[in-house]
Amino acid sequence: MRNTKVVSLEEAIRRSGLKDGMTISFHHHFRGGDKVVNLVVDKLAQMGFKDLKLAASSLSDVHKPLIGHIKNGVITGISTSGLRGELADAISHGLMKEPVVFRSHGGRGSAIAKGELKIDVAFLGASACDELGNACGVPRSENAKSICGSLGYALPDARYAKHVVVITDDLVAYPNMPQSISAADVESVVVVDSVGDSSKIAAGAIRDSKNPRDILLAKQAAKVIINSGYFEDGFSIQTGTGGASLAAVKYIREEMLRRGIKASFALGGITAHMVKLHEEGLIGKLIDVQSFDKVAAESIARDPLHQEVSAVEYASGEHLGSATHALDIVILSALEVDTDFNVNVLVGSDGIIRGAIGGHQDTAADSALSIIVCPLLRGRIPCVVPKVTTLITPGKSVDVVVTEYGIAVNPARPEIAEKLIAAGLKVVDIKDLAAKANSIIGTPDPLPFGDRVVGVVMNRDGSVLDKIYNIRD
Amino acid sequence: MKEAIAGTLESGDIMVTIGPGEGLQVDLQSSVAAQFGRQIKAVITETLEGLGVKDAHVQAIDKGALDCTIRARVTAAAVRATGKDVWKD
Repeated sequence: MRNTKVVSLEEAIRRSGLKDGMTISFHHHFRGGDKVVNLVVDKLAQMGFKDLKLAASSLSDVHKPLIGHIKNGVITGISTSGLRGELADAISHGLMKEPVVFRSHGGRGSAIAKGELKIDVAFLGASACDELGNACGVPRSENAKSICGSLGYALPDARYAKHVVVITDDLVAYPNMPQSISAADVESVVVVDSVGDSSKIAAGAIRDSKNPRDILLAKQAAKVIINSGYFEDGFSIQTGTGGASLAAVKYIREEMLRRGIKASFALGGITAHMVKLHEEGLIGKLIDVQSFDKVAAESIARDPLHQEVSAVEYASGEHLGSATHALDIVILSALEVDTDFNVNVLVGSDGIIRGAIGGHQDTAADSALSIIVCPLLRGRIPCVVPKVTTLITPGKSVDVVVTEYGIAVNPARPEIAEKLIAAGLKVVDIKDLAAKANSIIGTPDPLPFGDRVVGVVMNRDGSVLDKIYNIRD
Repeated sequence: MKEAIAGTLESGDIMVTIGPGEGLQVDLQSSVAAQFGRQIKAVITETLEGLGVKDAHVQAIDKGALDCTIRARVTAAAVRATGKDVWKD
C-alpha cells in the first residue's frame, strides 16, 4: 500500500510530535490575506496545546485573533519581523509576559540556519502542492484558488525545521515542478479550502502616489541615485513599496531610457513596477524573496529570469553569497531618522509597534548606497528627530536621507555629498533638518513608557540592538 | 454664545467645537496626545484669550494638526460661536 502524506490538519499535528513549549513557524507571503496562522493556531488551541512559541516571518492586522490565544496561554512567545494593528497595540500595552523578538528577514534566515531559532514544526501555506509535498506559491491547475508568488521566506523553515507540514488549497498531480519547497523536506500535506486571499497581498502598501509631497520626494531620491556615481550600466537596485519609493522608479526609468543604461538586477520584494522595467528590457533579472502584488506573482510563475530566492540567500549577513552583498542601491522608508542617521521602522512615535524590520537592516548594511526617503513631518509627528524611539538600522549603514526640506548625507560618505552638491542638489546637515522639524511642531513631551520589556530588537548578526518598553495610556 | 464648529477630522486637521461655559474648559482628544497634548491645549487657550473669549467650553478632536491650523480652526469656531468677526474688526 502506498503511504500518503496527505492527512487532516489534526492528524498532521499529531504526526508532527508537537508538544507544549515547542516552536511552530509560518511565512507571511499572503500578507494581509493570510489564513494559515489563524487556522492552525485555532486548531492547536482546540487540541489543548499550551505554551507554544510562534516564529513567523511576519505578522499583520489579520492576525488579531492571536490576542485570544495569547490570553489563554496557547501562545506564550513570538518572534517576527513586524507587528501591526490590534495585536501590535495589545502587545505594546503589555499583553505578553515574554518579549517579542524582532528580526530582519536576513537575520531570521541566519538565525534559523545557525540553529539559534530552532523550529519544531513549520506550517507552510502553498498555492499548489502534490501528494508528496512538492509545493509552490503559484497556480498549477485550473482549480487553483490562490497565488502568492515567491515562497522565499518559507524556504529556511522548509529546510531547517524538524518537521514540515505544507498546507495547500490546491492538491495537484505529482510531480508539481518546478517546486519551491521540495518533497524531501516535507512530512505532511494538508488540504484546506483557502490558504489566503491573494487580493490582499498588495493591500494598502502598494499604489501609485498622487500625493505631491511623495512625488517631490521621489524626484529628489531619483536625482540622488542618478548623481550618486552608482548609476551606470549594470547597476542593481532594490526599492520598498512606499509611494515615494515606487514613484522614484518611474523617474529612474526615464533617465535609464535617456542615457541608454540598463540594470543587471532588481532585488527583494518585487512589484509590478519592477516587472514592467524587466519586461521592457531595462532590468536584466529579478531576484524575488517576496512577490508584492499579483503581477509580480504571475511573472515569477512564467519568467525564467524572474527567480525566487530564500531569505538566507537574499539577505543573510553571514553568507557572503547572499544577494544583498551584490546590491548597489537601495531606497528605503523610515518612521524616524535621527541626527546620527539611525533609523526606526518598527515603533511609532506614540510608542506603539506599527511596522516591520523587513529587509531594512540587511539591505542598508550590505548595499553600496542606502537612501532613506521620508517626509520631515507626518502631520505633527516628526520624522527627523534627535534620537529614534527604537533603533532598528544603525546609522553607520545609512548613507543618504532625502526629505522635502533637503538631503542629508552621512559624514562618513563625503564623496557622495560632493557629487550631489556638484549636481546642484540641496545638501543640508541632518541636525538642521531636526531643528527645522522642531521649529514647526515644538519639542514633544516624553512618551509614557513603562518598565516592562515587550520587545527585543535583534541586529542581523544575532546581537541585541534595542529593547521596546510597554506603553502606558 | 451659541455652539459652533470649525475644522474636520481629516489627518493633519483639528475639529473644534466651542459652546457656552464658565471659564475656559478644554476637552482634547488627540492622536498625538501623549507628546503634544499639553502644547495643543496651550495653543487653544492662548488663541481664545487673544480673541477675548474668557468663558467657553471647547471640545477639540485633533488629528495631528500643526499650531497654525489649530489657531485658524479655533479662531473660526470662536467667530461663529460669538458672532464677532475678528477679521473684519
